[in-house]
Amino acid sequence: MRKHADAVVIGGGIHGCSVAYHLAKKGMGDVVLVEKDYLAACGTGRSAAGIRHQFGTEVNVRLSAASLAMMETLSEDLDYAHGIELLQKGYLMLAYGRPELETFTRNVALQHRIIADCKTVMMTPEQIHELNPHLNLDGVLGGSFNPRDGHASPWHTTQAFAEAAARLGVEINTRTEVTGIRLDGDRVGGVVTTRGEILTDTVVDCAGPFGAVVSRMAGVDLPLTPQRHQILVTEPVAEVVPMMVISYTHGTYFKQTPHGSILMGYGDPAHEVIGLEQDASWQFLVEVARKITYHMPILENVRVVRQWAGLYDMTPDSQAILGGVPEVRGFYLDVGWSGHGFMLGPIAGKVLSEIIVGEEPTVDVDDFRYARFAENDLCPEPACV
Amino acid sequence: MPDTTAAATIICRCEDVTLEEIRAQIAAGRHTIDEIKRLTRCGMGPCQGRTCRTLVAGEIARAVGVDVAEEALPTFRPPLKPVKLGVLLAEENDGA
Repeated sequence: MRKHADAVVIGGGIHGCSVAYHLAKKGMGDVVLVEKDYLAACGTGRSAAGIRHQFGTEVNVRLSAASLAMMETLSEDLDYAHGIELLQKGYLMLAYGRPELETFTRNVALQHRIIADCKTVMMTPEQIHELNPHLNLDGVLGGSFNPRDGHASPWHTTQAFAEAAARLGVEINTRTEVTGIRLDGDRVGGVVTTRGEILTDTVVDCAGPFGAVVSRMAGVDLPLTPQRHQILVTEPVAEVVPMMVISYTHGTYFKQTPHGSILMGYGDPAHEVIGLEQDASWQFLVEVARKITYHMPILENVRVVRQWAGLYDMTPDSQAILGGVPEVRGFYLDVGWSGHGFMLGPIAGKVLSEIIVGEEPTVDVDDFRYARFAENDLCPEPACV
Repeated sequence: MPDTTAAATIICRCEDVTLEEIRAQIAAGRHTIDEIKRLTRCGMGPCQGRTCRTLVAGEIARAVGVDVAEEALPTFRPPLKPVKLGVLLAEENDGA
Protein backbone atom coordinates (compact mmCIF):
# COMPACT_ATOMS: atom_id res chain seq x y z
CA MET A 1 0.00 0.00 0.00
CA ARG A 2 1.22 3.50 -0.86
CA LYS A 3 2.60 5.62 1.98
CA HIS A 4 1.75 8.95 0.38
CA ALA A 5 -1.27 9.99 -1.63
CA ASP A 6 -2.69 13.14 -3.19
CA ALA A 7 -6.07 11.96 -1.95
CA VAL A 8 -7.45 9.07 0.09
CA VAL A 9 -11.03 8.01 -0.57
CA ILE A 10 -12.66 6.05 2.25
CA GLY A 11 -15.36 3.62 1.12
CA GLY A 12 -15.62 1.29 -1.87
CA GLY A 13 -19.26 1.76 -2.82
CA ILE A 14 -20.54 3.58 -5.87
CA HIS A 15 -19.65 6.98 -4.40
CA GLY A 16 -16.09 6.13 -3.37
CA CYS A 17 -15.32 4.45 -6.69
CA SER A 18 -16.87 7.32 -8.66
CA VAL A 19 -14.98 9.98 -6.69
CA ALA A 20 -11.67 8.08 -7.06
CA TYR A 21 -12.22 7.62 -10.79
CA HIS A 22 -13.09 11.26 -11.38
CA LEU A 23 -10.15 12.55 -9.31
CA ALA A 24 -7.77 10.38 -11.35
CA LYS A 25 -9.43 11.48 -14.57
CA LYS A 26 -8.79 15.08 -13.55
CA GLY A 27 -5.11 14.23 -13.45
CA MET A 28 -4.61 13.72 -9.73
CA GLY A 29 -1.64 11.37 -9.61
CA ASP A 30 -1.79 9.33 -6.44
CA VAL A 31 -5.32 8.46 -5.43
CA VAL A 32 -5.80 5.66 -2.90
CA LEU A 33 -9.15 4.07 -2.10
CA VAL A 34 -9.62 2.07 1.09
CA GLU A 35 -12.57 -0.23 1.76
CA LYS A 36 -12.99 -2.26 4.93
CA ASP A 37 -14.73 -5.14 3.19
CA TYR A 38 -15.02 -5.65 -0.60
CA LEU A 39 -16.39 -3.31 -3.26
CA ALA A 40 -20.14 -2.53 -3.00
CA ALA A 41 -20.41 -4.77 0.08
CA CYS A 42 -22.63 -2.42 2.07
CA GLY A 43 -25.19 0.23 1.07
CA THR A 44 -24.56 0.14 -2.68
CA GLY A 45 -24.65 -3.62 -3.22
CA ARG A 46 -27.68 -4.12 -1.00
CA SER A 47 -29.83 -1.48 -2.68
CA ALA A 48 -32.64 -2.00 -5.19
CA ALA A 49 -30.62 0.26 -7.51
CA GLY A 50 -33.53 2.21 -8.98
CA ILE A 51 -32.75 5.16 -11.22
CA ARG A 52 -35.16 8.05 -11.73
CA HIS A 53 -35.57 11.65 -12.78
CA GLN A 54 -38.55 11.92 -10.49
CA PHE A 55 -37.48 14.05 -7.55
CA GLY A 56 -39.04 17.01 -5.82
CA THR A 57 -36.08 19.30 -5.14
CA GLU A 58 -34.20 21.20 -7.80
CA VAL A 59 -30.77 19.92 -6.77
CA ASN A 60 -31.85 16.27 -7.01
CA VAL A 61 -33.62 16.80 -10.33
CA ARG A 62 -30.46 18.35 -11.80
CA LEU A 63 -28.22 15.66 -10.34
CA SER A 64 -30.42 12.75 -11.39
CA ALA A 65 -30.78 14.02 -14.97
CA ALA A 66 -26.99 14.34 -15.25
CA SER A 67 -26.36 11.00 -13.53
CA LEU A 68 -28.80 9.09 -15.71
CA ALA A 69 -27.28 10.60 -18.84
CA MET A 70 -23.88 9.36 -17.59
CA MET A 71 -25.26 5.87 -16.94
CA GLU A 72 -26.65 5.61 -20.46
CA THR A 73 -23.13 5.54 -21.89
CA LEU A 74 -21.23 4.38 -18.82
CA SER A 75 -20.42 0.83 -19.99
CA GLU A 76 -18.76 2.25 -23.13
CA ASP A 77 -17.21 5.30 -21.46
CA LEU A 78 -15.59 3.13 -18.78
CA ASP A 79 -14.87 0.33 -21.25
CA TYR A 80 -16.64 -2.22 -19.05
CA ALA A 81 -17.32 -5.29 -21.17
CA HIS A 82 -19.99 -6.91 -18.97
CA GLY A 83 -22.08 -3.73 -18.98
CA ILE A 84 -23.88 -2.18 -16.01
CA GLU A 85 -27.19 -3.95 -16.79
CA LEU A 86 -29.01 -0.66 -17.23
CA LEU A 87 -32.67 -1.34 -17.92
CA GLN A 88 -34.73 1.72 -18.93
CA LYS A 89 -38.30 0.53 -18.92
CA GLY A 90 -39.59 3.29 -16.75
CA TYR A 91 -40.36 4.15 -13.14
CA LEU A 92 -43.95 4.49 -11.96
CA MET A 93 -44.98 6.35 -8.81
CA LEU A 94 -48.47 5.54 -7.54
CA ALA A 95 -50.53 8.32 -5.89
CA TYR A 96 -53.14 7.21 -3.38
CA GLY A 97 -54.52 10.47 -2.00
CA ARG A 98 -55.13 14.03 -3.13
CA PRO A 99 -52.06 15.41 -1.34
CA GLU A 100 -49.84 12.76 -2.93
CA LEU A 101 -51.29 13.44 -6.37
CA GLU A 102 -50.69 17.18 -5.89
CA THR A 103 -47.09 16.58 -4.76
CA PHE A 104 -46.41 14.43 -7.82
CA THR A 105 -47.97 17.05 -10.09
CA ARG A 106 -45.73 19.72 -8.55
CA ASN A 107 -42.66 17.48 -8.86
CA VAL A 108 -43.39 16.75 -12.51
CA ALA A 109 -43.78 20.49 -13.24
CA LEU A 110 -40.44 21.11 -11.51
CA GLN A 111 -38.75 18.39 -13.58
CA HIS A 112 -40.09 19.91 -16.81
CA ARG A 113 -38.94 23.37 -15.76
CA ILE A 114 -35.39 22.14 -15.15
CA ILE A 115 -34.79 19.33 -17.65
CA ALA A 116 -34.93 19.96 -21.38
CA ASP A 117 -36.96 17.28 -23.11
CA CYS A 118 -38.13 15.81 -19.79
CA LYS A 119 -40.09 12.60 -20.30
CA THR A 120 -41.97 12.47 -16.98
CA VAL A 121 -45.77 12.49 -17.35
CA MET A 122 -48.74 12.34 -15.01
CA MET A 123 -51.01 9.37 -15.65
CA THR A 124 -54.63 8.54 -14.91
CA PRO A 125 -55.50 5.16 -13.39
CA GLU A 126 -56.73 4.10 -16.85
CA GLN A 127 -53.38 4.96 -18.40
CA ILE A 128 -51.57 3.11 -15.63
CA HIS A 129 -53.76 0.07 -16.23
CA GLU A 130 -52.82 0.19 -19.89
CA LEU A 131 -49.15 0.46 -18.96
CA ASN A 132 -49.34 -2.55 -16.65
CA PRO A 133 -52.60 -4.52 -16.42
CA HIS A 134 -51.26 -6.64 -13.51
CA LEU A 135 -51.24 -3.76 -11.03
CA ASN A 136 -54.04 -3.51 -8.50
CA LEU A 137 -55.18 0.11 -8.76
CA ASP A 138 -57.69 0.13 -5.88
CA GLY A 139 -57.46 3.58 -4.36
CA VAL A 140 -54.95 4.84 -6.93
CA LEU A 141 -55.82 8.37 -8.04
CA GLY A 142 -53.06 8.58 -10.62
CA GLY A 143 -49.33 8.51 -10.85
CA SER A 144 -46.22 9.84 -12.48
CA PHE A 145 -44.13 7.90 -14.95
CA ASN A 146 -40.89 8.42 -16.81
CA PRO A 147 -40.02 5.84 -19.47
CA ARG A 148 -36.32 6.77 -19.38
CA ASP A 149 -36.01 5.79 -15.70
CA GLY A 150 -35.27 2.26 -14.58
CA HIS A 151 -32.53 0.42 -12.74
CA ALA A 152 -29.04 -1.04 -13.10
CA SER A 153 -26.77 -3.53 -11.38
CA PRO A 154 -25.19 -1.85 -8.36
CA TRP A 155 -22.29 -4.35 -8.32
CA HIS A 156 -21.37 -3.96 -11.96
CA THR A 157 -21.76 -0.18 -11.95
CA THR A 158 -19.39 0.04 -8.98
CA GLN A 159 -17.02 -2.47 -10.54
CA ALA A 160 -17.00 -0.48 -13.79
CA PHE A 161 -15.85 2.67 -11.94
CA ALA A 162 -13.32 0.73 -9.86
CA GLU A 163 -11.69 -0.96 -12.84
CA ALA A 164 -11.56 2.29 -14.83
CA ALA A 165 -10.07 4.06 -11.78
CA ALA A 166 -7.43 1.34 -11.38
CA ARG A 167 -6.43 1.73 -15.03
CA LEU A 168 -5.89 5.44 -14.33
CA GLY A 169 -3.54 4.55 -11.49
CA VAL A 170 -5.86 4.56 -8.48
CA GLU A 171 -4.73 2.07 -5.83
CA ILE A 172 -7.75 0.17 -4.54
CA ASN A 173 -7.30 -1.55 -1.20
CA THR A 174 -10.13 -3.81 -0.12
CA ARG A 175 -10.19 -5.44 3.34
CA THR A 176 -8.46 -2.34 4.65
CA GLU A 177 -10.23 -0.59 7.48
CA VAL A 178 -9.64 3.00 8.48
CA THR A 179 -8.95 3.27 12.20
CA GLY A 180 -7.98 6.93 12.46
CA ILE A 181 -7.52 10.22 10.65
CA ARG A 182 -4.47 12.35 11.48
CA LEU A 183 -4.97 16.08 11.74
CA ASP A 184 -2.27 18.66 11.23
CA GLY A 185 -3.60 21.80 12.91
CA ASP A 186 -6.83 22.70 11.17
CA ARG A 187 -6.21 20.39 8.25
CA VAL A 188 -6.03 16.74 7.35
CA GLY A 189 -2.61 15.08 7.54
CA GLY A 190 -3.10 11.37 7.00
CA VAL A 191 -5.17 8.23 7.29
CA VAL A 192 -4.41 5.31 9.61
CA THR A 193 -5.58 1.90 8.42
CA THR A 194 -5.29 -1.71 9.50
CA ARG A 195 -2.62 -2.09 6.82
CA GLY A 196 -0.54 0.97 7.57
CA GLU A 197 -0.61 4.72 7.39
CA ILE A 198 -0.99 7.01 4.36
CA LEU A 199 0.16 10.62 4.41
CA THR A 200 -2.23 12.89 2.54
CA ASP A 201 -3.74 16.36 2.68
CA THR A 202 -7.05 15.33 1.10
CA VAL A 203 -9.48 12.79 2.54
CA VAL A 204 -12.95 11.97 1.19
CA ASP A 205 -15.51 10.27 3.42
CA CYS A 206 -17.65 8.00 1.21
CA ALA A 207 -18.38 5.49 3.96
CA GLY A 208 -22.17 5.43 3.54
CA PRO A 209 -23.86 4.18 6.72
CA PHE A 210 -20.44 4.31 8.42
CA GLY A 211 -19.96 7.92 7.30
CA ALA A 212 -20.42 9.41 10.75
CA VAL A 213 -17.99 6.90 12.31
CA VAL A 214 -15.31 7.95 9.81
CA SER A 215 -16.02 11.68 10.16
CA ARG A 216 -15.75 11.49 13.94
CA MET A 217 -12.14 10.39 13.43
CA ALA A 218 -11.54 13.81 11.87
CA GLY A 219 -13.41 15.53 14.68
CA VAL A 220 -16.47 16.19 12.52
CA ASP A 221 -19.90 15.28 13.87
CA LEU A 222 -22.47 14.33 11.24
CA PRO A 223 -26.23 14.10 11.82
CA LEU A 224 -26.24 10.77 9.99
CA THR A 225 -28.19 7.73 11.14
CA PRO A 226 -27.87 4.23 9.72
CA GLN A 227 -31.33 2.75 9.19
CA ARG A 228 -32.04 -0.82 8.20
CA HIS A 229 -34.17 -1.57 5.13
CA GLN A 230 -34.99 -4.99 3.73
CA ILE A 231 -35.53 -6.53 0.31
CA LEU A 232 -36.50 -9.93 -0.97
CA VAL A 233 -36.06 -11.51 -4.36
CA THR A 234 -38.09 -14.16 -6.16
CA GLU A 235 -37.30 -16.86 -8.65
CA PRO A 236 -37.11 -15.60 -12.26
CA VAL A 237 -40.47 -15.39 -14.05
CA ALA A 238 -41.71 -14.06 -17.40
CA GLU A 239 -41.83 -10.27 -17.64
CA VAL A 240 -44.77 -8.96 -15.60
CA VAL A 241 -43.43 -5.69 -14.25
CA PRO A 242 -40.83 -4.21 -16.62
CA MET A 243 -41.00 -0.80 -14.93
CA MET A 244 -39.95 -0.04 -11.37
CA VAL A 245 -42.99 0.77 -9.20
CA ILE A 246 -43.09 2.73 -5.96
CA SER A 247 -45.84 3.58 -3.49
CA TYR A 248 -45.01 6.09 -0.78
CA THR A 249 -48.33 5.33 0.91
CA HIS A 250 -47.31 1.70 1.45
CA GLY A 251 -43.58 2.29 1.65
CA THR A 252 -43.14 -0.31 -1.09
CA TYR A 253 -41.06 -0.51 -4.25
CA PHE A 254 -40.50 -3.36 -6.67
CA LYS A 255 -38.80 -4.13 -9.94
CA GLN A 256 -38.01 -7.05 -12.23
CA THR A 257 -34.35 -7.55 -13.10
CA PRO A 258 -33.19 -8.38 -16.66
CA HIS A 259 -32.69 -11.89 -15.27
CA GLY A 260 -36.42 -12.21 -14.50
CA SER A 261 -36.35 -12.21 -10.71
CA ILE A 262 -38.56 -9.70 -8.91
CA LEU A 263 -37.06 -7.56 -6.15
CA MET A 264 -39.33 -6.02 -3.56
CA GLY A 265 -38.46 -3.71 -0.78
CA TYR A 266 -40.43 -2.03 1.90
CA GLY A 267 -39.41 0.73 4.24
CA ASP A 268 -40.88 0.88 7.70
CA PRO A 269 -38.81 3.44 9.60
CA ALA A 270 -41.16 3.41 12.60
CA HIS A 271 -40.44 -0.27 13.26
CA GLU A 272 -37.00 -0.61 11.76
CA VAL A 273 -33.73 -1.10 13.53
CA ILE A 274 -31.68 2.07 13.89
CA GLY A 275 -28.00 1.22 13.97
CA LEU A 276 -25.51 -0.84 12.07
CA GLU A 277 -27.30 -4.21 12.19
CA GLN A 278 -27.76 -5.76 8.74
CA ASP A 279 -29.57 -9.00 9.56
CA ALA A 280 -32.91 -9.68 7.90
CA SER A 281 -36.08 -10.37 9.92
CA TRP A 282 -38.71 -13.04 9.23
CA GLN A 283 -41.55 -10.58 9.95
CA PHE A 284 -40.44 -8.76 6.83
CA LEU A 285 -41.14 -11.81 4.65
CA VAL A 286 -44.75 -12.02 5.76
CA GLU A 287 -45.30 -8.28 5.59
CA VAL A 288 -43.90 -8.02 2.06
CA ALA A 289 -45.86 -11.05 0.92
CA ARG A 290 -49.01 -9.20 2.03
CA LYS A 291 -48.04 -5.92 0.40
CA ILE A 292 -46.72 -7.27 -2.86
CA THR A 293 -49.68 -9.57 -3.52
CA TYR A 294 -51.89 -6.55 -2.81
CA HIS A 295 -50.08 -4.52 -5.49
CA MET A 296 -49.76 -7.47 -7.90
CA PRO A 297 -52.10 -10.39 -7.12
CA ILE A 298 -50.61 -12.32 -10.05
CA LEU A 299 -47.46 -12.92 -8.00
CA GLU A 300 -49.15 -15.13 -5.39
CA ASN A 301 -47.60 -18.31 -6.78
CA VAL A 302 -44.12 -16.90 -7.32
CA ARG A 303 -41.48 -18.20 -4.94
CA VAL A 304 -39.25 -16.10 -2.73
CA VAL A 305 -35.67 -17.37 -2.88
CA ARG A 306 -33.77 -14.92 -0.71
CA GLN A 307 -34.08 -11.89 1.51
CA TRP A 308 -31.49 -9.49 2.86
CA ALA A 309 -31.09 -6.22 4.67
CA GLY A 310 -29.02 -3.15 4.05
CA LEU A 311 -28.49 0.25 5.55
CA TYR A 312 -29.65 3.69 4.46
CA ASP A 313 -27.51 6.63 5.60
CA MET A 314 -30.25 8.99 6.75
CA THR A 315 -29.90 12.72 7.37
CA PRO A 316 -32.53 14.99 8.98
CA ASP A 317 -33.75 16.23 5.54
CA SER A 318 -33.13 12.96 3.63
CA GLN A 319 -30.50 14.77 1.60
CA ALA A 320 -26.82 14.17 1.04
CA ILE A 321 -23.91 15.99 2.61
CA LEU A 322 -21.58 16.79 -0.26
CA GLY A 323 -18.53 19.05 -0.26
CA GLY A 324 -15.83 20.31 2.07
CA VAL A 325 -15.92 20.94 5.80
CA PRO A 326 -14.80 24.52 6.63
CA GLU A 327 -13.51 23.48 10.08
CA VAL A 328 -11.15 20.78 8.75
CA ARG A 329 -9.37 21.75 5.56
CA GLY A 330 -8.83 18.92 3.13
CA PHE A 331 -11.69 16.84 4.55
CA TYR A 332 -14.57 16.21 2.14
CA LEU A 333 -17.92 14.52 2.57
CA ASP A 334 -19.95 12.45 0.12
CA VAL A 335 -22.42 10.76 2.47
CA GLY A 336 -26.02 10.87 3.74
CA TRP A 337 -27.78 9.92 0.51
CA SER A 338 -30.72 8.61 2.53
CA GLY A 339 -31.71 5.71 0.27
CA HIS A 340 -31.31 7.27 -3.17
CA GLY A 341 -27.53 7.28 -3.33
CA PHE A 342 -26.84 4.61 -5.92
CA MET A 343 -28.42 6.46 -8.82
CA LEU A 344 -26.67 9.73 -7.94
CA GLY A 345 -23.24 8.16 -7.41
CA PRO A 346 -21.89 8.74 -10.93
CA ILE A 347 -22.63 12.49 -10.95
CA ALA A 348 -21.79 13.02 -7.26
CA GLY A 349 -18.27 11.69 -7.82
CA LYS A 350 -17.82 14.03 -10.77
CA VAL A 351 -19.16 17.06 -8.90
CA LEU A 352 -17.06 16.39 -5.81
CA SER A 353 -13.90 15.91 -7.87
CA GLU A 354 -14.56 19.31 -9.44
CA ILE A 355 -14.99 20.89 -6.00
CA ILE A 356 -11.79 19.25 -4.72
CA VAL A 357 -9.61 20.52 -7.57
CA GLY A 358 -11.21 23.98 -7.37
CA GLU A 359 -13.35 23.96 -10.49
CA GLU A 360 -16.90 25.21 -10.91
CA PRO A 361 -19.10 22.13 -10.25
CA THR A 362 -21.29 20.82 -13.10
CA VAL A 363 -24.28 21.00 -10.73
CA ASP A 364 -24.60 23.52 -7.90
CA VAL A 365 -24.77 21.43 -4.72
CA ASP A 366 -24.75 24.26 -2.18
CA ASP A 367 -28.03 22.85 -0.77
CA PHE A 368 -25.99 19.81 0.34
CA ARG A 369 -23.38 21.79 2.31
CA TYR A 370 -22.43 20.49 5.76
CA ALA A 371 -23.10 23.90 7.33
CA ARG A 372 -26.84 23.71 6.59
CA PHE A 373 -27.45 21.76 9.80
CA ALA A 374 -25.82 24.41 12.00
CA GLU A 375 -27.64 27.13 10.02
CA ASN A 376 -30.92 25.21 10.33
CA ASP A 377 -31.42 25.70 6.59
CA LEU A 378 -32.57 22.21 5.58
CA CYS A 379 -33.69 21.18 2.10
CA PRO A 380 -36.18 18.30 2.57
CA GLU A 381 -36.64 15.91 -0.36
CA PRO A 382 -40.31 14.86 -0.58
CA ALA A 383 -39.75 12.01 -3.07
CA CYS A 384 -38.11 9.22 -1.09
CA VAL A 385 -39.03 6.00 0.66
CA MET B 1 -2.86 -26.47 -23.72
CA PRO B 2 -6.18 -24.58 -23.36
CA ASP B 3 -8.45 -26.00 -20.69
CA THR B 4 -11.60 -26.74 -22.68
CA THR B 5 -13.21 -28.64 -19.85
CA ALA B 6 -13.39 -25.52 -17.67
CA ALA B 7 -15.63 -23.77 -20.19
CA ALA B 8 -17.94 -26.78 -20.33
CA THR B 9 -18.04 -27.49 -16.60
CA ILE B 10 -21.05 -25.97 -14.90
CA ILE B 11 -20.37 -24.98 -11.29
CA CYS B 12 -23.68 -23.27 -10.52
CA ARG B 13 -26.50 -25.31 -12.01
CA CYS B 14 -29.21 -22.77 -11.15
CA GLU B 15 -27.51 -19.87 -12.91
CA ASP B 16 -25.35 -21.68 -15.50
CA VAL B 17 -22.03 -20.36 -14.23
CA THR B 18 -19.00 -22.23 -15.57
CA LEU B 19 -15.71 -23.18 -13.95
CA GLU B 20 -13.99 -20.93 -16.48
CA GLU B 21 -16.01 -17.90 -15.29
CA ILE B 22 -15.23 -18.70 -11.66
CA ARG B 23 -11.50 -18.99 -12.40
CA ALA B 24 -11.58 -15.67 -14.29
CA GLN B 25 -13.10 -13.97 -11.23
CA ILE B 26 -10.46 -15.46 -8.93
CA ALA B 27 -7.70 -14.41 -11.33
CA ALA B 28 -9.14 -10.88 -11.24
CA GLY B 29 -8.57 -10.78 -7.48
CA ARG B 30 -11.98 -11.76 -6.13
CA HIS B 31 -11.09 -14.18 -3.39
CA THR B 32 -14.37 -14.58 -1.52
CA ILE B 33 -17.50 -16.52 -2.37
CA ASP B 34 -19.53 -13.37 -1.71
CA GLU B 35 -17.74 -11.24 -4.30
CA ILE B 36 -17.94 -13.95 -6.94
CA LYS B 37 -21.61 -14.48 -6.16
CA ARG B 38 -22.46 -10.82 -6.69
CA LEU B 39 -20.62 -10.47 -9.96
CA THR B 40 -21.57 -13.79 -11.61
CA ARG B 41 -24.87 -14.73 -9.88
CA CYS B 42 -23.18 -18.00 -8.82
CA GLY B 43 -25.24 -19.21 -5.84
CA MET B 44 -28.17 -16.84 -6.35
CA GLY B 45 -30.60 -19.36 -7.83
CA PRO B 46 -33.30 -21.48 -6.22
CA CYS B 47 -30.84 -23.76 -4.39
CA GLN B 48 -29.03 -20.74 -2.93
CA GLY B 49 -25.56 -22.15 -3.44
CA ARG B 50 -25.99 -25.58 -1.90
CA THR B 51 -24.02 -27.19 -4.71
CA CYS B 52 -21.71 -24.46 -5.94
CA ARG B 53 -20.67 -22.91 -2.63
CA THR B 54 -18.22 -25.67 -1.74
CA LEU B 55 -16.96 -25.94 -5.32
CA VAL B 56 -16.20 -22.22 -5.45
CA ALA B 57 -14.59 -22.39 -2.02
CA GLY B 58 -12.37 -25.22 -3.30
CA GLU B 59 -11.34 -23.21 -6.37
CA ILE B 60 -10.45 -20.19 -4.26
CA ALA B 61 -8.50 -22.36 -1.83
CA ARG B 62 -6.50 -23.94 -4.63
CA ALA B 63 -5.75 -20.64 -6.37
CA VAL B 64 -4.93 -18.55 -3.32
CA GLY B 65 -3.37 -21.23 -1.14
CA VAL B 66 -5.70 -21.00 1.82
CA ASP B 67 -7.54 -23.71 3.69
CA VAL B 68 -11.20 -24.05 2.73
CA ALA B 69 -12.10 -24.00 6.41
CA GLU B 70 -10.61 -20.52 6.75
CA GLU B 71 -12.67 -18.96 3.98
CA ALA B 72 -15.47 -16.54 4.76
CA LEU B 73 -18.86 -18.08 4.01
CA PRO B 74 -21.63 -16.00 2.51
CA THR B 75 -24.58 -15.25 4.77
CA PHE B 76 -27.16 -18.04 4.71
CA ARG B 77 -30.21 -16.02 3.79
CA PRO B 78 -33.77 -16.99 4.58
CA PRO B 79 -35.99 -18.65 3.51
CA LEU B 80 -34.06 -21.93 3.46
CA LYS B 81 -36.10 -23.16 0.52
CA PRO B 82 -38.07 -21.13 -2.03
CA VAL B 83 -41.53 -20.35 -0.62
CA LYS B 84 -44.54 -19.08 -2.54
CA LEU B 85 -45.70 -15.59 -1.56
CA GLY B 86 -49.20 -17.01 -1.15
CA VAL B 87 -47.94 -19.56 1.38
CA LEU B 88 -46.39 -16.81 3.49
CA LEU B 89 -49.76 -15.06 3.42
CA ALA B 90 -51.52 -18.19 4.69
CA GLU B 91 -49.06 -18.22 7.59
CA GLU B 92 -50.14 -14.71 8.48
CA ASN B 93 -53.83 -15.53 8.24
CA ASP B 94 -53.41 -18.59 10.52
CA GLY B 95 -51.70 -16.47 13.10
CA ALA B 96 -54.44 -13.82 13.06
